[in-house]
Amino acid sequence: MVDPQPDPRLPASATRTADSRIDVATGTPTVGHSWDGIEELDTPMPRWWLLTFYASIVFAAVYAIAYPAIPLLHSATPGLLGWTSHSELNTALAAEQARQAPIRLALMRMPIEQLPNDPVLLHAAERGGRSAFKVHCVQCHGAGAAGSKGYPNLNDDDWLWGGDIKAIATTLADGIRYPGDDATRLSQMPAFGRDEILKPAEIADLVAHVRVISRQDRPNVAAMRGASLFATNCAVCHGDAGLGGRAVGAPNLTDAIWLYGGDRDALTATITNARGGVMPAWGQRLDPVTIKMLAAYVHSLGGGEKNPAAVISDVAPAAGNNVAR
Amino acid sequence: MAVTLTVYYVTPWLRWDRGPFAPDQAVLVDLAHRRFYMFQIEIWPHEFYYVAGLLIMAGIGLFLVTSAVGRAWCGYACPQTVWTDLFVHVERLIDGDRNAQIKLLAAPWSMQKLLRRLSKHAIWLVIAVLTGGAWIFYFADAPTLARALVAGTAPSVAFATIAVLTATTYILGGLMREQVCIYMCPWPRIQSAMLDEKSLMVTYKDWRGEPRSHGLKRQAVEYADFTPPPAGDCIDCHACVAVCPTGIDIREGPQIGCITCGLCIDACDKVMAQVGRPDKLIGYTSVADTAIAVAGGTPLSPLRRLLRPRTLIYFTVWAGIGLAMLFSLGTRTRLDISVEPNRNPQWVRLSDGSIRNAYTVKIRNMESRPREVEVAISGIAGNAIWSESGNREDAGDRLRLRVGADQVAESLLFVAAPAASAAHTPINFTVRALDHEGGTDTTTTSFHRPGDE
Repeated sequence: MVDPQPDPRLPASATRTADSRIDVATGTPTVGHSWDGIEELDTPMPRWWLLTFYASIVFAAVYAIAYPAIPLLHSATPGLLGWTSHSELNTALAAEQARQAPIRLALMRMPIEQLPNDPVLLHAAERGGRSAFKVHCVQCHGAGAAGSKGYPNLNDDDWLWGGDIKAIATTLADGIRYPGDDATRLSQMPAFGRDEILKPAEIADLVAHVRVISRQDRPNVAAMRGASLFATNCAVCHGDAGLGGRAVGAPNLTDAIWLYGGDRDALTATITNARGGVMPAWGQRLDPVTIKMLAAYVHSLGGGEKNPAAVISDVAPAAGNNVAR
Repeated sequence: MAVTLTVYYVTPWLRWDRGPFAPDQAVLVDLAHRRFYMFQIEIWPHEFYYVAGLLIMAGIGLFLVTSAVGRAWCGYACPQTVWTDLFVHVERLIDGDRNAQIKLLAAPWSMQKLLRRLSKHAIWLVIAVLTGGAWIFYFADAPTLARALVAGTAPSVAFATIAVLTATTYILGGLMREQVCIYMCPWPRIQSAMLDEKSLMVTYKDWRGEPRSHGLKRQAVEYADFTPPPAGDCIDCHACVAVCPTGIDIREGPQIGCITCGLCIDACDKVMAQVGRPDKLIGYTSVADTAIAVAGGTPLSPLRRLLRPRTLIYFTVWAGIGLAMLFSLGTRTRLDISVEPNRNPQWVRLSDGSIRNAYTVKIRNMESRPREVEVAISGIAGNAIWSESGNREDAGDRLRLRVGADQVAESLLFVAAPAASAAHTPINFTVRALDHEGGTDTTTTSFHRPGDE
């Protein structure tokens, strides 16, 4: 029998020992060890696998030179191409800003009260406002703009400072009782109980009256006592009939919507300690286009009011100069 | 081959007038706009079951054809066969017949051989490019895309598709050929289960051909000294083996490599004519007919052979699916409404104490023209519906909307109702087309109230 010759294509291997022999059946060398008579073939890696392996080594070397790769103390090697994830992000952002530029320019030029007349631009503004709302507004008003106690529900048709698109934009830009904005919406309800303007019994009578005009209770004696207290203490802001006044952000006390609750305890607490929510003047933080977008979005939630006619425009709060900027 | 190739290349160029709001290409798979046009039928993504139905019909059709006439699909309609045939024709045109090809293969590299090889592969590549090019015309307006392709302004995906299909056509049709049928295609394996003793197959009639001889004259010489054994018709010329695109010897009996292309039948008939024997030594016949023929009887008439339970059942299923699809195509509505209650917030209390719900309403107008529609609500007290651009003062129980041609119009609609009722009340939305053709669709959803908080 002729000694089998090794396959000439097979490279020499360092793992083989002097006892290595050529396996007759396969023509492949063994590693030379024998474990209880069991020998192991020293089959080389497939050529395609080796080539792929070498190619990936080359690729890795090229990649490490071209791109940021090797960690140093404070940063990494920058790479010849100068690529950074920040620059990629900035490019993408710039492209998106360029795409939005015409819309933003048109919004910039469009007076806010005329925005509802341009359905295309209005739609774009609403979509932009929806995004901005998620970033800046949901913390207080909730993801669905439904608010919570002390934070108005923006979906309903009850507006403290006006619900037409321009009034909403003004509220957004200058905020409510926000220190540091000269044009902010200002008003202060007296703390009738805490400051001892009214006695607890009188407050109880007032609560009874408010519950009657909001049709939660039937007329009663306490409420009749409260009516005269209401006329002297509350009507100046909330109106004789309790319908509220938007000039000072006084809520309508006869409707079904209560910002701080309409039950006896809540009303007592409100009259005793007063209420006065604060909203930031977003005009200081956001650009005018975003303010317009947010106003359009809030206006679109279902409670938005039409622009006031010229005659009754004085009912709405005076337009802040921030709206036009 | 000519028929199938013509269908493939010409179809995208057929025009079909659908009015100003839809493309005028007869067969168009508009992936970008999610529409599938086939003559006067337009299929939306939600109607994709029609396409599924077509595919099922195609599948059962294959079963039917296979059980009736054997592997006719493989031999005549399969793109692999058609393009391989085309490539073989080109090869024969340039390199000459089989003998010339063998000679050329063995010949040393010369200018002439190089020229022939280059021109052959060049023509193959051109065919492959045209094949890939024709494919993309099914997915976009053909004339526009053709101009864009020539100008180099077509989308890169078009060029990529052409490149991929060029590669597959060139490799599968030119280089791999029958290897695809034998090693890659699952159909031959499935097909073996489809065939029965009455299916047509290409059959070497061994009772006629065996024992093989090398021609009567040569036999007379060979057996000059004693009586020659009875000779069959087969003269063992190997013409059938030479022409076989999958390289099998049909005389070994039915086998998985046979794609019933019938080339061996033609080759054998030619030889039989030359040696003066009756033709169809190799021919289409079934196992059952073979048995009858061997016994010396006359085979069944083709019609009798076709009408058997298996083919009839296949045909019934196939035709049933087809008729059901035609029926539903004829009666399908081209107007559709879907309503989704907004969940954040589920409800809003209005200042007069009533409750408002918001609904995202999608109206699907599947006609190729804008339509005026009316959305009405029912089942809820108050019946007040208004749109985002309207307001509650002019709310009624219905409102008008305009839906663009071939579009889904999405709008936010508000419904208000008194607060005092169950937490969930069913509410119906009905859309009705206001044009003379009409059409209506209703959906039911919920109206949410505070309920027990």
